[in-house]
Amino acid sequence: MSGEASARQVPVAASRRSPLVTRLDRSAGAVFILPAVLVILAFSIFPLLASLYVSMTRLSFSEGGIRLTYVGLGNYAKLLVGIDRTHFLGVTVPLTPLTAAVLVVIYAGFAFLLVRYLRSPVRTVSGFVGRLVTAIIAGALVWLVVDTVMTSGRPGTIVVTLIYVGVDVSAQYILALGLALLVVQRLPGRRFFRVVFLLPMMITPVGVAYLFRMLTDTSKGPLYPLWAHFGLTDVSWVTNPWGARLAVMIGDVWQWTPFIFIVLLASIESLPIELNEAAVVDGANRWQMFWAITFPQILPATSTVVLIRLIEAFKIVDLPNVLTNGGPGTATESLTLHAYTIWRALDIGGSAAVAYMLLIVVTFVGISYVNLFRRRVTAMA
Amino acid sequence: MVVSYALLVAWALVVLFPLYWLATTSLKTPLDVNSGPFYIPFRDFKPTLESWRYIFVDLADDTFRPYLNTVVVGLTSTAITLLLGSMAAYGLVRMKYRVRIGAIASFVVALAGAVAVVAAGGPWQLALLGGFAFFLLLLQTVARRFKRALGNDDIAFWMISQRMLPPVAVVIPIYVFFQQLALLDTWAALIIAYVASHLPIVVWLMRDYFQSVPLELEESAAIDGASRYRIFRSIVLPLAVPGLVATFLFVLVFAWNEYLIALFLTSANAQTLPLTVAAQNATRGPQWWYMSVLILIMIGPVIAMAIALERFIARGLLVGAVKG
Repeated sequence: MSGEASARQVPVAASRRSPLVTRLDRSAGAVFILPAVLVILAFSIFPLLASLYVSMTRLSFSEGGIRLTYVGLGNYAKLLVGIDRTHFLGVTVPLTPLTAAVLVVIYAGFAFLLVRYLRSPVRTVSGFVGRLVTAIIAGALVWLVVDTVMTSGRPGTIVVTLIYVGVDVSAQYILALGLALLVVQRLPGRRFFRVVFLLPMMITPVGVAYLFRMLTDTSKGPLYPLWAHFGLTDVSWVTNPWGARLAVMIGDVWQWTPFIFIVLLASIESLPIELNEAAVVDGANRWQMFWAITFPQILPATSTVVLIRLIEAFKIVDLPNVLTNGGPGTATESLTLHAYTIWRALDIGGSAAVAYMLLIVVTFVGISYVNLFRRRVTAMA
Repeated sequence: MVVSYALLVAWALVVLFPLYWLATTSLKTPLDVNSGPFYIPFRDFKPTLESWRYIFVDLADDTFRPYLNTVVVGLTSTAITLLLGSMAAYGLVRMKYRVRIGAIASFVVALAGAVAVVAAGGPWQLALLGGFAFFLLLLQTVARRFKRALGNDDIAFWMISQRMLPPVAVVIPIYVFFQQLALLDTWAALIIAYVASHLPIVVWLMRDYFQSVPLELEESAAIDGASRYRIFRSIVLPLAVPGLVATFLFVLVFAWNEYLIALFLTSANAQTLPLTVAAQNATRGPQWWYMSVLILIMIGPVIAMAIALERFIARGLLVGAVKG
């Protein structure tokens, strides 16, 4: 306290500081960021390189222990064109009129966005190339999803993961935003709701998975009367691919909505209230106030928390593993669970290859998201 | 108002019902659990503390030791992560960094050299030192010639990209890493692993909260002669308390509940509670009653902390700061 007071009395304080303090202050940039960078670097490089190497090998047992045989890109080829293709990419069938129409509409949308970018005044060559590459990869993924989900084909683990991520993150965001807006109102008892809404996030993911297995049990679970009413107690919902996927997604939404909820809540709570007061004076209704004032101001927090959730959602593993064991067949198997199951079968190389494919997909989604959405949001703020 | 309450209560029920089911299951006998759904204690079934007795009396040390480990590892790693992460986040928000492409290239070349030495059978300690010296040499000579540089956003994206690889791909390398350091089955191993893996999340979340601290306050403090460190400690951190609290809760929850890394890095001594929960899935199927007790005692302290910290996430901390 006294230090603060005396500092205020010194007109040109910098000249009075000791040389050491001045020097430290000049290198403040490095002091602030280096510890974190060094910790992340030291801890991440070795595992990243080691698992890249492992993904190009095959584990075998020989006299005197185990050995890793170098197989080049063999493990990747197995996933994309070899025997694991149906597991990883799924079973594709020739296009039907319906799927062709859906694809044409989506691709037309991509083309429209590209043309619009080419006509905009801010276009650059690298910006266009980046968008073109994004559109091509996204187009390939969309084709894979449409052709395995909307047809008689069967989605592979990559498609299932994309479905989980898309549905889970959007549902979580909408629910969390609604809940955050409800509890910032000056309602009696809002503190109770705030704490209650955080609870699901606090349970260990393995525990949540077992909890949902208990809840969804058709003969011993609490929903038994419901199942009995529809005569479903004998047929387990686990035998229905979409029923099983739905159960996994409900569990994930239940657990991770609190994560987005608390970030948005803290963000809304720290907004200055003068703008809202002015808007009330001007006679704006609550809907207008939300869209014109609150929403733009929480966009940076939104873009951050959605990116983090996207990355984490791609790694979903406990729920499908415990709830359905990936079944029926591989209908609920996520990429991480795919890597995990073949890892347990001691195909370490193949497992690392699946993990690297996941890394490639997440990196693509992450970079596209940052360049196309987040950069615009932060530039606005 | 009525609509608001209806919605709040509806979601509260969605959240609380599974927890209610956990609580009642922990009071049931295996027979009660297996013979169909019973909803209300005393009316539908006779509650018993048998499972609680088993966890606390029969297992005793096998419950308390993981509990202590979870508390120590969770709190320590969260505190360190929050400190390092908010410093880096503040740096990324208020200072300009330029990482030259040449420096990154030098690093990659030096790294490749070190990897080659290890692959040829050299000791890793020597390779690490040699690689570092080589890196410094390149940095001082070749790297200066390249002008292009990466900025703050690129650094931030590099950090978050470290969370993209699923844990199952990296557990074996991480195991080898800590084996070489002779840290397997210790608190230190888990703390280091959790700090490194949760840092990116802290950096990203805290960046947004620091961004919303009014620049005018920092500028006037700088004119008054406060150093960067002092501004950070006395002005920025206190004003970002809501964000710090939210981030603290997350990272604590992540560290508290982490399963796969703990499974590989610990055995008897440093085992944490998520492993104890998963261990209740015995050969005859999951033992729901024990599992329920464990999950309940696991979330107890975290709930207490959430209740204690909730009031810090309160509106109006920043209001008036600029005017005053």
